[in-house]
Order: sequence, then C-alpha cells, then structure tokens
Amino acid sequence: MSDGKVNPVLPPPSLSVGVIGWIKKNLFPSWFSGVLTVVLGYFIISSLIPFIDWAILKADFIGESPADCTSEGACWVFIGTRLDFFIYGFYPESEHWRVNVIYLIFGLIIVPQFFSAVSARIKMILGVFGVTVFPALSFVMIYGSETFGLPIVGTSVWGGLTLTLILAYVGIVAAIPIGILLALGRRSDMPLVRALCVVFIEFWRGVPLITILFMASVMLPLFLPDGVTFDRLLRALIGITLFQSAYMAEVIRGGLQAIPKGQYEAAEALGLGYWQGMGLIILPQALKIVIPGIVNTLISLFKDTTLVLVIGLFDLLRAVQATIIDPAWRNVATEGYIFAAFVFWVFCYSMSRYSQMLERKLHTGHKR
Amino acid sequence: MSNKVKVVVAGITAVAAMVATGVASASTLETVKQRGSVICGVSDGLPGFSMPDERANWTGIDVDTCRAIAAAVFGDPTKIQFRSLNARERFTALQSGEVDVLSRNTTWTLTRDASLGLNFTGVNYYDGQGFMVRASLGVKSPKELDGATVCIQAGTTTELNLADYFRANGMSYDALVFDTSDQTIQGFAANRCDVLTSDISQLAALRSKLDDPSSAVLLEELISKEPLGPVVRQGDDQWFNVVKWTLKAQINAEELGVTSANVDEMKSSENPEVQRLLGTSGDFGQHIGLSADWAYNIVKGVGNYGEMFERNVGPDTPLGLPRGMNNLWNNGGILYAPPIR
Amino acid sequence: MADKRTTRSGGFARLWNDPTVRARTFQILTALVVVYFFWTIFQNTVANMERRGISTGLGFLSQPSGFGIVMSLIPYNETMSYGRTFWVGLLNTLLVSGLGIVLATIVGFIVGIGRLSKNWLVSTLSAVFVDTFRNIPLLLQIFFWYFAVLRNLPGPRQSMEIGEMFFLNNRGLYLPAPLPEEGMGVVWGVLVLALIGAVLLYRWARKRQEATGQQFPAIRVGIAMVIGLPLVVFLAMGSPMDWDVPELRGFNFRGGIVMIPELGALLLALTVYTAAFIAEIVRSGIQAVSHGQTEASAALGLKRGTTLRLVIIPQAMRVIIPPLTSQYLNLTKNSSLAVAIGYPDLVSVFMGTTLNQTGQAVEIVAITMLVYLTISLTISFLMNIYNKAAALKER
Repeated sequence: MSDGKVNPVLPPPSLSVGVIGWIKKNLFPSWFSGVLTVVLGYFIISSLIPFIDWAILKADFIGESPADCTSEGACWVFIGTRLDFFIYGFYPESEHWRVNVIYLIFGLIIVPQFFSAVSARIKMILGVFGVTVFPALSFVMIYGSETFGLPIVGTSVWGGLTLTLILAYVGIVAAIPIGILLALGRRSDMPLVRALCVVFIEFWRGVPLITILFMASVMLPLFLPDGVTFDRLLRALIGITLFQSAYMAEVIRGGLQAIPKGQYEAAEALGLGYWQGMGLIILPQALKIVIPGIVNTLISLFKDTTLVLVIGLFDLLRAVQATIIDPAWRNVATEGYIFAAFVFWVFCYSMSRYSQMLERKLHTGHKR
Repeated sequence: MSNKVKVVVAGITAVAAMVATGVASASTLETVKQRGSVICGVSDGLPGFSMPDERANWTGIDVDTCRAIAAAVFGDPTKIQFRSLNARERFTALQSGEVDVLSRNTTWTLTRDASLGLNFTGVNYYDGQGFMVRASLGVKSPKELDGATVCIQAGTTTELNLADYFRANGMSYDALVFDTSDQTIQGFAANRCDVLTSDISQLAALRSKLDDPSSAVLLEELISKEPLGPVVRQGDDQWFNVVKWTLKAQINAEELGVTSANVDEMKSSENPEVQRLLGTSGDFGQHIGLSADWAYNIVKGVGNYGEMFERNVGPDTPLGLPRGMNNLWNNGGILYAPPIR
Repeated sequence: MADKRTTRSGGFARLWNDPTVRARTFQILTALVVVYFFWTIFQNTVANMERRGISTGLGFLSQPSGFGIVMSLIPYNETMSYGRTFWVGLLNTLLVSGLGIVLATIVGFIVGIGRLSKNWLVSTLSAVFVDTFRNIPLLLQIFFWYFAVLRNLPGPRQSMEIGEMFFLNNRGLYLPAPLPEEGMGVVWGVLVLALIGAVLLYRWARKRQEATGQQFPAIRVGIAMVIGLPLVVFLAMGSPMDWDVPELRGFNFRGGIVMIPELGALLLALTVYTAAFIAEIVRSGIQAVSHGQTEASAALGLKRGTTLRLVIIPQAMRVIIPPLTSQYLNLTKNSSLAVAIGYPDLVSVFMGTTLNQTGQAVEIVAITMLVYLTISLTISFLMNIYNKAAALKER
C-alpha cells in the first residue's frame, strides 16, 4: 500500500499547543466546562477588584496615629501601631527578647522540616528536641526563673499570638501521649478499662469546646477543695488538652487498627511483654501511618484556641477584639479581623502543606 | 547540679507555684503587702474604663482606681497586676481569691451585695442605661420604640433592664443578643437593628465607630441606674476600708483643690482639712493600716477624681463625656465623700 | 511456720505473674480511683455551693424567664418559663445543625468532585476554596458571612418581595405562615400514603430491574405521586388552608414565619467551613477507588457522570462515611459559636442568658453538655447503621 516513503512529521495543529492549546484543553474542554469557566471567571474578577482596591491601592500603610488614615481604603496603620500587642500581649516590653529567643528556636526546629535536603536523622533529632527539651526551655524563658536570673512574668500578662502558639503547642505535646494511652485503652482486653476509655473519648468528642472551657474557667473552682485555685491559663490548657486527646486517641486508634495482626503475634512470639511489644513494634508503625491525621488534629487545635476568648484570655483574636473598640480610631474592625484571619491562615496553611507533603512521602499506592 | 537538672527543678517549682496559690488565712492587706503587688480584676476591653493602649498599658477609670489602691498601700501606683475578666467569671474570680479587688464596671445591686459574699466599696462612676437610635427614624423617646429590634450585649443587667422597661410600658421588641460590644455596634451599623442599648458611657464611644456618627442620636432618657464601683470580698473590714477610702480620698482631694501637680506645694498648706488629707497632721493613715502619707501617694501617683475623669472619659478624650452626675456635690453632681477626720 | 511463709510468698509471686489476676487487680484499682475521684468532686461541689449560698436544683426551670428571644420555632414570649427557653434554644440548634449537615454535604461533594475536574479553573478554584476556608478559624468566618449577608440586604421599608407574600430584608426572610383549617388532616393522611406508595414502587422497580434488567423511572413517578396526590386532594377539599401573611407595621414586619439573617449567616459559615473538610474527604475517598474501576466502566461504555454516580461514589462511600460522621459531629458542636452573632441557639439562650439570670452554672452547663452528647451519639448511631449497610459485603 505505501510506497515506502515516510510522511514528514507535521507540527501539531496550532489549536493544541501553546497558550491557545492550554486554554482549550484546560478551560474549555467541553461545553459545560466552558460555561463554568466563564461564570466562575466573572465572579472572581468582579469580587477581587474592589477588594484589592480597598486593601492595597487605596489603603494607608505608613503612620503612627489615627490621623494618618486619610484615604478611603483600609487603615493598616492601626495594625502597625498595635502589632506588639498582637504578638506579645501584655508581656513587659523589656522582656520581649525572651519571647523572641523562643520564636527563633521554634523557627529553627520547624523550618528544616519543610526541606527535603535536610536528612531524616536531623529532622528526627529536631523533632524529639521540639517535644521534650523545647517546652521546658520555653517555660523557663517565658515564665522566668530566679535560678537563671530571669524575672518571673506571670501568666496573666501572656497574650497575643504568643499565647495562641503556647496553647496550641502545649495542647498537642500533651495530647499525644494521653491520646496514645486512651487509644491503647480502648483496644485493651480489660473490659472495665475499655469501657472507661470509650466513655471518656465519646464524652469529650461529644460536647462543644466552648462548654468545656466555660466549665474549666468558671466551674472548676467549685469542684476543688476550698482555697485551692489553679492558674487560669493552666485551667484552659487542661480543658484543651483533654478535648484534643480524645480526638488524638481516635486518630491513633485508626493507625493501630491498620497494623496487621501478624505484627502483634510476632511481638508476642519474640517474648515481648505488652508495653515492650507496643512501644517497640506496634506504635512506631502505627504512629508513622497516622502522622497526617495528627497534623490535621493540630490544625483544628490551632484554630480552636480562638475559643479561649470566652474565658477572658487574651489570645490573638481577643487582642484584636479588645483594641478595635478603641474610640480614637474609626471603624477598624474589618482590618483587625482580616489581619487575624491572615495570621491564622498562614500557620494553618503551612501545616496542611506539611501534612500533604508527608502524605505523599508515606503513600505507596497505585494512585494516579 | 547539671544544667539540665537545674532546668527541670526550676520548671517543677514554677509549675507548683502556678497550681496551688491558696487563699491565705492572713488578712488581704497583709497578703498584698507580702506579695508586693495588688491583683486587680478589670474588664477585658471597655473604652474609658479599662482598655489596653498602644504600648500594652491598661488605661481607664477602673484601671486608675486600681492604681490608686496600689499607691495607697505601697506608695507606688505601678505595684499592681491586672487580670482581665469577662462578665461571667468576675464574681467567681473574686470569691475564690484570684483577685484582691474587682474594678470592672460592675453595677451595685442588692443581690450582689448581699448574697454573693461580696461588698461594694463605693461608686467610681454613676452610669445609666440609654438608647442609641438611627437619626432618620426621628424617635425622641424610648416610649416610641414599640416593635423595634434592639441590639444588646450579653451577660449583663442591661438585658433585664430592657425587658423590664418594655414590659412595664406594654411594648414589644426583638432582642438581638451579641457576645461583644464590637459585634453589637457592627450589627447596628449594618442596620440589623433599629436601636442599640448599653450604658450611656459606652454609647458615645460606640457611636464614634459608625461611618457617619451623626447618623445616630443618643436618647436623653435613661431607663436604669447603674452605680459602678470596686468590689471586695465580705469579711475583711480592713481591706474594705482601704479600698473604700482610696476612692473617698480622691474625691476629697478634688474638693480641696489638691491635684497631682500641686500636691507637693499643698503639703505646706495652712488648711487643716488639706493637712489631714495629706498626712501632715494626724495619723489617719494608721487607722486603716496604711502609712500617714497614703492619700498624698494616691494624688501624687494617680491624681484626684477630677483628673482621673478628665484623663480617661472627659471632654478631651475620644469618649467626650460631660461630668454630669459625676461632678462634686457642690458643683451640680452627686459625688460626696465623708470627711477625713 | 517458715514453710508456710515461703509458700505464701511463692503464691503471691505466682499471683502477681498471673495475667488474669493482674488484670483484675488493675481494673479494681482503676475503678476505685475513678469512683473516689468523682466522689471527691461531688463532695467539694456540694460543700462549695452550700458555703457560697448558691442555690441548687432544677426548680428554676419552671420560673418565668422575663426576657425575649428573637427567633423561636415554638410559641414563646417572656412570660414563659426558663424550661421553655431550653426548648427554644434546642430547636434552634437542631434546625441550624440539620440544615447545615444537608447543605455542607451537598457543597462538599460538589467541591470534592470539582477538585478532580479536568477543567483547570474549576479544579484550581476548588483547591483554593478548600485551602482558604479550612485554614481560617470558624469564628472569623461567621463574622465575615454575617456582615457580608447584612450589607447586601435592604432595610425593612425597601424589602424585596414576591407577590406581597414573601419579603426579604435585613431583618429576615418573611414567609406566610400556614393556618390549617378543617379537612387538612385528610390531606396529611394522603401525603403519608403517597410516601409509603413511593417507597414500595421504588422497591418493586429495583427488584424488577435486578430480575429482568428493565428500568422503570421510579424516582420521577414517585415524586409526582408524593406531590400530585395530596395536591389533588387539597384542591378537592376546597383548599382547607389559610395563610398568615406578614405585613409591615411600625419598625418591622409582623406575622408569618421569619427566618432571621443570623440563621442564614451561620448556615453559610457552617456550610462553607464544613464543606471544605468534606471536599477533602470526598476527594481522598474517590482517589482511593482503584483506577481500574474507572477504566472498566469506561470499557462498558458508561459516560463520565454515570461512572461517577454508579461505580465510583458507591465504592468511595465506604472510605468517606467514617470521617464524614466526625464532620457532622463537628458541625453540630460548632453551631454553638452562634452566640457570637446573636443567633439564639442552645448555648446562647440557655447557657448564656438563662445562666446569667439564674446563676445556676452547674445544672445548666451539665444539661447543655448532656444535650450535645445526646445529639452527637444519635448522629454517630445513625451513621453507623448507614455505614454497616454500605460496608463491603464479602461474598
């Protein structure tokens, strides 16, 4: 049939390559898809333009007082003047360096985790440091200690972003071990222990955090013997930790269930006791599987810390709320809330990227 | 001892210090003196009464009242720790000894005075509940508000006063209860409600948050009495006296013309009343467990009542409130302090 | 003597090493600790409340409340009891959670499937939707939607209206309220019968399809039955229904049924926030279905939409349901944030105003927690039943 001549390779039609090709393939692959593109595109452009106009083009960025907000746009000057308060709360200005040191160490622990160039061993060491020595160190630095010549700074002046981070960090570090114990308890052979763990987990998962925090702040003094009081921050921490440990327990239970029975039997066959078998064989595998789940729990914990404002602690959001009512400024509520939303978003988004990274790394399936 | 062990030990001691700070059986004044500072419960953000400023310092009348107490006890108004409390936890915090004095724009009522185990020491601001209405409605009196939607902040006597007032006048209303004063004004600004009700001292501040403050008017008629003042625990008369007379000293100082600027000159005044106040004659301070120059320290550190008012809520502040009822008795107001003698 | 002691200690060692005995001892000790713990708390609480003169008991529930509530599904005014405020709050909570669950599921599925769309704009937008709304605290989102909703609605005097029956303004959506008259019972009866008939028809159609392969448009016919039959009866009975139409009086509309904007804003916020989570669950659920299944159904000649509906989603549901249940629980609990924008839910009305007025914190908080616990357990229970039905049936 053919005369042995090979047709020269033709360039692809111009409609399937280049910008036009990309647009056709990705934006208008079908009739329905094309309509969606047009509608969504209109929606985005029409809502984005006024926002950019207000937030950037017509906004005031530089200045020190309400008088510097002259234009129609956003008044970011307000955020600038209150930035210290939003970060440190009432923490005395002369001692800010102590918090800064902790932020620096925190950054040194966290940032390498995002880079694949850093070896797994170093990440591991940093991680272990982060959950053991670091909390103790932070406590000594932020609360202070006579032994090291750091004046005591009571928890009542802690606030702002620092407080938000403290609540989230302590919550997660304390919730993991309790969560592991609860998860093990729920899978225990002892009926009473199992029942207690189930009741505990379902109780804390079933009630809103608001009610728990309210109970911790207002009702806890009623539960304690006369004269014994708890630090307010500690009360909130206990409430948050117990609440999160119930969620953590369910995440970890998922990991435990995913471990094949053979692993349990192998551990027993080696003559390992319950704790040895769990600690050396089962948990390391189970925890590895559920790391993304743990990070997701951390994200929700981080966002949930905003609820401590119902018990009068000055976390980031409360600090914003307390200052936007300053009568010296015009209505700066929108600016304040956008700022808070942005800060929370940055933290949560990086955490969720991190979790997706881990998920990809640990995934060995047949996904396309 | 290795450094690591040191850290751990320091940590444990500090945690222990955080946990069990029981109410000492000693008198409050002694506890305060031993601690070296007064712990004062304030509101968590109320313009003119207690609010953090740009440098994260507390400012406001309630805050200055606390500072005056610290000045009276220690001669130094900075020897004070503030605890921000919300409406729900304020009384529990005072009862359980978490704070020494509660200065958190708290209305003096019989129930609170009698059945909560608390004692009101006096009034540092006479307030009343008022209404803010959109100017375009042309409403002149709260009696014309039948059927209106009312924006209101949760957790205070304001809610009850409102219900009482509308029921007493046979009117109906929809109450929209918000959690914070900021949300309340935002709701009003967005035209969600016709009326906003709150203590009159707050209404002006809230109105300044509107894009066009002149679009809303404050009704003159008030529907309640709200005497606000510092509160202490029952059963410690010495501390009760200290807090009560700190306030009285500030009022007396204004009456006698003693200000923070002229208090040093006034020390050599011939007026026996001024001498008794500033401790140059007599030992009135000792009677309440303080030093002779207690009132001098208050005026020097915080100022007299008038200065405190002008600085925080007066006409030159964003709140711009007139003295009104909160003027001296001989100046058209109802502030009247018993004499120091 | 000496002999006996050695056996006893030997016996003790044996007992100590016996796992059953150890487990029992441990359990008994745990039980004792738990009982002691709760007993101490109970003792302390009673002692503390007595000393501080805080009144106890549930007697307050029958006292008149004295405050108004802006929205109620049952008749309510301020002369009614605190117990009534509890029911008003509870119903409002159930309303917003129920609607929220339905809406969040719908939006979540759309966005989750959208993330896997071939249209670049759709998949990118879905990803942006998830990454934005999942990572901002719900409280802030509630504020945002509340003021976004309010700013876009006109005042009561400039209401949008449809045929002088439905009014929409920034005080709410006003609908005519039905006032049933004599004979309405018959209509309701026919409706119930039509529902039963539709279910039976659906079953019959499915059985026939399994047996013969013939399809019958059971869903369309069923819907026509459920709507048509009662309507015919309704008209035949001479429309035994009157309407309480809202009208503008003074400041506001009176009469009819009102849906306040707080409900809309809260619903929007809960829907969007939870939908972002559900979308991720749906996406990972769909991706968990082996790609061979898609290819197999393509080989059978099924269209993309049909493949999704009949092959992918039913299999994905097995992965989706357990985390979906958690999201439903979260949504229900998150509805307690309503207090921030003044929607009168259980926490706002009962744990807020009622608590402030009566001061009986222990009873009220306990009741509130118990209610949420009951709702949560009920949702879990229902979802577990569904999960069992959807689980892989190994044959």
